[in-house]
Amino acid sequence: MSVLVVQGLSKSFGGVQAVGDVSFAVSPGEMLALIGPNGAGKSTCFNMVGGQLNPDKGSVLLEGKAITGLSPRAISRAGVGRTFQITATFGSMTVRENVQMALLSHHREIWQFWRPVAGRHLTEADALLAQVGLEAQAERATGVLAYGDLKRLELAIALANRPRLLLMDEPTAGMAPVERVGLMKLTRRLATERGVAVLFTEHDMDVVFDVSDRILVLNRGVLIAEGDGDSIRANPAVREIYLGTGATSGGH
Amino acid sequence: MDSILPQLLTGLAGASSLFLVASGLTIIFGVTRIVNFSHGSLMMLGAYIGWSILTRLPREPEWFVLGVLATVLATALIGVVLEVVVLRRVYRAPELFQLLATFGVVLVLQDVTLWLWGPVELPLPRGRWLRQFVEIGGSRFPMYDLILILVGPVVLGLLWLLMNRTRWGTLVRAATLDREMVAALGVNQRTLFTAVFALGAGLAGLGGALSLPNSSANLNIDLAIITDAFVVVVVGGLGSLTGAFVASLLIGILQAFGIVLVPKITLVLVFLVMAVVLVFRPNGLLGRPQAEAREATVAAPVIRAAPPELRALGVAALLLAIAAPFIVGEYYLTVLTDACVAILFAVSLHFMMGPGGMASFGHAAWFGIGAYAAGLLMQWIGAPMPVGLLAAPVAAGIVAALFGWFVVRLSGVYLSMLTLAFAQIVWAICFQWVDVTGGDNGLLGLVRPAWAHDARVFYWLALALSVGGALLLRRMLYAPYGYALRAARDSAARARAIGLDVQSLRIVAIVIAGAACGLSGAIFSYGKGSIFPTYITISHSVEALLMVLLGGLQTVAGPIIGALVYTGLADILVRSTDLWRLVLGAVIVLLVVAFPEGIAGAARRLWLRGREA
Repeated sequence: MSVLVVQGLSKSFGGVQAVGDVSFAVSPGEMLALIGPNGAGKSTCFNMVGGQLNPDKGSVLLEGKAITGLSPRAISRAGVGRTFQITATFGSMTVRENVQMALLSHHREIWQFWRPVAGRHLTEADALLAQVGLEAQAERATGVLAYGDLKRLELAIALANRPRLLLMDEPTAGMAPVERVGLMKLTRRLATERGVAVLFTEHDMDVVFDVSDRILVLNRGVLIAEGDGDSIRANPAVREIYLGTGATSGGH
Repeated sequence: MDSILPQLLTGLAGASSLFLVASGLTIIFGVTRIVNFSHGSLMMLGAYIGWSILTRLPREPEWFVLGVLATVLATALIGVVLEVVVLRRVYRAPELFQLLATFGVVLVLQDVTLWLWGPVELPLPRGRWLRQFVEIGGSRFPMYDLILILVGPVVLGLLWLLMNRTRWGTLVRAATLDREMVAALGVNQRTLFTAVFALGAGLAGLGGALSLPNSSANLNIDLAIITDAFVVVVVGGLGSLTGAFVASLLIGILQAFGIVLVPKITLVLVFLVMAVVLVFRPNGLLGRPQAEAREATVAAPVIRAAPPELRALGVAALLLAIAAPFIVGEYYLTVLTDACVAILFAVSLHFMMGPGGMASFGHAAWFGIGAYAAGLLMQWIGAPMPVGLLAAPVAAGIVAALFGWFVVRLSGVYLSMLTLAFAQIVWAICFQWVDVTGGDNGLLGLVRPAWAHDARVFYWLALALSVGGALLLRRMLYAPYGYALRAARDSAARARAIGLDVQSLRIVAIVIAGAACGLSGAIFSYGKGSIFPTYITISHSVEALLMVLLGGLQTVAGPIIGALVYTGLADILVRSTDLWRLVLGAVIVLLVVAFPEGIAGAARRLWLRGREA
């Protein structure tokens, strides 16, 4: 049974088709990479699954239930966690408070006006921080974290909701190569341990081939290939767009 | 229906004057991102300087033109001085502190003008040509108004040429879109900003001078015109010249017809139009979504529990406050009661502005609603004080819920402008609906029950309510709701992604802030025994802003310190000097330049020096 099933997703912007009839599925514990040159429609696809964009056509099913066109908030409630291309965290809180916030939301405890946040869900928060390796920095202000640590914090926040599906938009953008591998290995481990399905876009081909179970290749809004690392590497159409024209984008 | 044409022409003439002021405001905002509160003061100066020059010249048209041009140059020069002395130093400060600084300038200029020209209204003796009429469609129409009607489009045309056909104009437009990029391309921002400010000030001066024949130079111009100009700029879209022109026409004509058709609710009408426009076009008629200024997006510091020393200090201050009636005399007891009201007033604004991230320029609206709710209940059903004190926050909270539902989708400056508009509507209702509110005469005879008649008992009541209210709001900020509100401010996208309902969080913040502020209004009214529309004026709203910003947004203790400092400062100044506005304004400007993070923020920084935040 797939966690996420996307069928016939399409979106046009002012007559230009950004995504046309894209279908795929992700299973629990599976890491599915969405790749393609700039402008291929990765982000559009991604934002339709995450609720930031409303698709023109097609459906998005999460564990069999339609979440097509729901708000980001409702999609989060349905069990989707996400990280952003440019990290988005709560800058006026400590690292631990960021995770506590997500836990409070997960436990539906936001609309409480009396009992302080301090001390709530501490064990759970610290366990999540330990999983991403941030336990030593729990007391620090989010604003002073290194960029790689912010990315890991985002991951911890996303996991607090116990998501069935994790959406990661360019998770390693802006990170040093060593950090990239570390973050994706971590994601890989968490996905396997927790049985979370992971859909991510990525420019770094090393990362993609290293950690993903399956790869989808988009070009001009259309799905042109799908398969594991080896078959994608061997796929002539993929070689055409990545190597044939010389228009690679960010591969190392 | 004979009156349609003349009324239309009057409206168009009014629109022209409005456009002159609004165009300067919008150009300055576009480039410097400063909401220049002192723009109305520049127009006022234009009127006074124009008066001084024109009364010394012969009353022929050509001399009039020359005099007006001289006025424009003089105002532009004042603009340059203002920019170099004050604004240049606050470009890097947060948006609201810039606003505060420009309001400091308003206060200074008010007293300078009063000191130079005196309190008496100065009408311009009109030469013969100014009294001529033109026959249009069977009715006589003042020729000067026709000239005014032409001035608007001519100025728009000249500005358009300047912006689109000169290199300088291209730079200005580029800076409006992305000033960091323009700076990165090697353009000298300093001169560009100064020049833009001079241009805007000159336009305000032109508006002021041209308004003379139809009205006079008086001390009320500044705040009256700045409200109208804000409305025009917001309706047109911040930074858009054509938008400002279209909006000026809309508002000018609306005002002209409103006065004839619905004289009682003209003000309400204008602001309703603004509200409707913003609901359907959140960026104004011709505005585009604002690009965030990059340097302004520095993360707010982490809010941590106050250090023990500060708590001890707070407890000591509270004990001292409780003991105060045995120590101080009657006069200071009144000042202290006012300080209690100010604390709740400021803390409630801080709640929505700091953690909520929604700045309000019209916080006095809730203050007034609370006050009038208590007063009207007493008048209608003889409700005693406890009922009034309970009804005030309830009434203010209900109205705040309606208002919040309306504005919560707007962002940043637009939301702030709508709060201002809303406060003006409330003010207009209280001022103009004489049958119910008593209008200018206010509601008198708000009596306290026998047990609270003694000034000391009432002070303790005020202290208990205000400190209790402040502590309650503080408690909420440390509870999940307060954290969620702050989360929505820090990053709305992340907040939604973890399942937070950002809009509901914000509406509730507005309701809580409104209710607490309503309570402060009721306490104040029972203290004074009467209620007046002045409780809802812009300057009262700005007082709340001053307190919060003086204390600093990023600490919970900030607004309390700000309220105390402001009340003390205002009290000392009002009693010791006639030029208290000048001193207060100068102090504000100095504080903003010296402590862009507020007094409490600066103290916190010194406290934390050498440690990591």
